[in-house]
Amino acid sequence: MSKEKRSNEKTILAEKLKVVNIGISTFADDLRSQDVEVVHVDWKPPAGGDQEMLRLLEKLGL
Amino acid sequence: MITRVIVKKATYRDSISLMKISNSISNLPGITQAAVVMATELNRRVLSEAGFADAAIGRAASDDMIVALEAKDAASLDAALTETERLLSPDEKPAGEKAPPTSLEEALEQVPDANLLVVSVPGQFAKREAMKALGRGLNIFLFSSNVPREEELELKKVAKEKGLLLMGPDCGTSIINHKVLGFGNTIREGMIGLVSASGTGLQEVTTLIHKAGLGISQAIGTGGGDLSEEVGGITMIQGIELLEADKQTKVIVLISKPPAPGTMEKVLEVARRCKKPIVVNFLGGDVSPRMLGKLRPANTLEDAARVACELAGVKPRLVASTIPRETISVALAEHKKLARSQRYLRGLFSGGTLCYESESVLQRLLGEVYSNAPIKPEYKVSGDAPSKMHTCIDMGAEEFVEGRAHPMIDFSLRNMRILQEARDPETAVILIDVELGYGSNADPAGQLVPVIRKAKGLAEEAGRHLPIVASVIGTEGDFQGLASQEKALSEAGVLIMPSNAQATRVSALIASGEKVEAAISGRSD
Repeated sequence: MSKEKRSNEKTILAEKLKVVNIGISTFADDLRSQDVEVVHVDWKPPAGGDQEMLRLLEKLGL
Repeated sequence: MITRVIVKKATYRDSISLMKISNSISNLPGITQAAVVMATELNRRVLSEAGFADAAIGRAASDDMIVALEAKDAASLDAALTETERLLSPDEKPAGEKAPPTSLEEALEQVPDANLLVVSVPGQFAKREAMKALGRGLNIFLFSSNVPREEELELKKVAKEKGLLLMGPDCGTSIINHKVLGFGNTIREGMIGLVSASGTGLQEVTTLIHKAGLGISQAIGTGGGDLSEEVGGITMIQGIELLEADKQTKVIVLISKPPAPGTMEKVLEVARRCKKPIVVNFLGGDVSPRMLGKLRPANTLEDAARVACELAGVKPRLVASTIPRETISVALAEHKKLARSQRYLRGLFSGGTLCYESESVLQRLLGEVYSNAPIKPEYKVSGDAPSKMHTCIDMGAEEFVEGRAHPMIDFSLRNMRILQEARDPETAVILIDVELGYGSNADPAGQLVPVIRKAKGLAEEAGRHLPIVASVIGTEGDFQGLASQEKALSEAGVLIMPSNAQATRVSALIASGEKVEAAISGRSD
């Protein structure tokens, strides 16, 4: 493992957490109650949950 | 009684939000049953078992939402439908307030220096979000389950390459920089660091360490698939290296169900090279002395906490592992009250690793145990089949959580199973786990006590006495209140033990009496 990677890995244990939350909104509430800065994403299934459309979007890099 | 079923096409809400809506609709006047759920196979089955026979349920696709209501009269039903629509409509924002971001990219415009993404979308969408985040240099806590193993490996390879930590998929708990991610307890800061492939295993060990007066530096969840042959322990190895470099960590604990053999070799090789003392708890896993070397083994989660405390310099008596004589007497007295038909233990767990730990302890005390997550494949039973002899069911297994909140939050399926076991004349004792802390139900005892009273009543009507044993994972810092939760359960007649391993041993004693007494007295495994 290179030195650079090691120091990168160390950052999450040494840094103050700043979080983006996607999915269950109570996880964001729980983090806020622990004084963690968090932005919650109002997520909906991409392509209305259509798996075929999703694969197509992924192929297109969207 | 009248019912109504409405299918909302391609409409999504997370399982916890829907459970809250279902609960509040259920409590409306005149409503006898209410469910607002995503139309997964499991939820469609549960609805049909609850008596909703509408053909639209069978036709609904998994990205549809189902509103199913049963009421005493039409007026109550209409009022409940209006309220459901109101609860499902987006929150109204005060004028001037910005709409929340709808994608990771938009969120990162608000916090460009974010360093962690927490993901809990349905499994089939998880990789898409996680891969985007890795590309933007974020570490990830991936709570989502049902992520294919090959996608996990792909994500972990990218994370490792970029020097980022990917906790999960199917990761229930981590404590990073003293902040709880997902489900977890309020634990004091200290010198013990953990890497765990098990969420509830991590909760059990951290709370026991806390109760012994010590604390945690970091607790890194890896997700249950990390120690598979394919993934090869990528995250656990990263975790060991991170904790070795972490100044606050003096002792390391590794927790998992038995890893795949090749992965166990790899992980233990890294662990043996580590300069800090390490406790290894691979539940029920056969770790040879050669593979262990200087590493300290632990048979149970309780044992792992005890050995870690010893290595950190605290006398082991602070984590008591032997069962007091008076508790043994209580258990033997309970055994004597059983009818002749009551011969088998029934364990119903929210925590998968606690289920596995109980099976491992019971195997030594009672012989083989049937389970939907058995130690030996020949003892596998389906989670929805009736219990067979001694049975332990992991109610948090994927078959029970597709499109539903975890049983630590949503008690409905386990409560139904408790009543089912109470009706079975062969049930000698019911063993359960209760988890407090972030993410869990706000009042687990409030969910359980009415059902426990009903279960005991059902058995009593049939001329049987039904003992129920529980362990409560939590600390006095958890918002539900450890002491008040234990008190409420105890007042309902539940025998409370300080750890799952002890609750299991006491349950075995109640089921089999003197036959297991000698094996239990004075033992710690």
